[in-house]
Amino acid sequence: MTVDETIRQVLADHGRLAVPVDSLSDDTDLFGAGMTSHASVNVMLALEDAFDFEFSEKMLKKSTFVSIAAIRSGVLELTGG
Amino acid sequence: MSAPTESLRVGMDLVSVEEVAASVDHFGDRYVTRLFTPHEIETCRTAEGPARGRGAYAVESLAARFAAKEAVVKVLRPVELQPDWRSIEIHRMTGGWCEIRLSGQAAELAAEAGIGELVVSLSHESTVAGAVVVGRCLQRERGV
Repeated sequence: MTVDETIRQVLADHGRLAVPVDSLSDDTDLFGAGMTSHASVNVMLALEDAFDFEFSEKMLKKSTFVSIAAIRSGVLELTGG
Repeated sequence: MSAPTESLRVGMDLVSVEEVAASVDHFGDRYVTRLFTPHEIETCRTAEGPARGRGAYAVESLAARFAAKEAVVKVLRPVELQPDWRSIEIHRMTGGWCEIRLSGQAAELAAEAGIGELVVSLSHESTVAGAVVVGRCLQRERGV
């Protein structure tokens, strides 16, 4: 599974979005698409499980999880991709 | 220098108890320890429940505390940085009511906003938990 596929799967499983993940573009605002703060915590933990890393404190901000593109950027920063 | 002005900020939030319970089941202690302080965890741990999973905690109380933390964030109005959830503690007093204790980033945001006092009210039913937070701000008006 690619990084993007994994991110989309995590969002499908934990994002509690109001729309299907397949309908999201890379830049769609996930909070605008229905993801709550609580759901974003679950997404963060699920991403840590999927990629075997831990988000640093400086990355724990809304902008890290605001879109698929933003999440991909954070994942690649932490995995050295 | 102009006189300081006083204003109020209000934040409220609702959280699904089942969503919190599902998170406890799925992520276990990692979920709990990333969101809640040791005091909050101790306050919400069930006396005779299992060691792990939703039965280990009064999940309605965890949900109410998360709602209160989110309500505090709405009062603090951070522009970018999301304060560590654990820098907002819902502290249960011996009389049963709760107070808000800030530390770290949350305390810095409150100081920047001139928030000198925060009060909270928590509530929950079996399916949903909620909290209302009121903050009292005292700030000197800046020149126009």
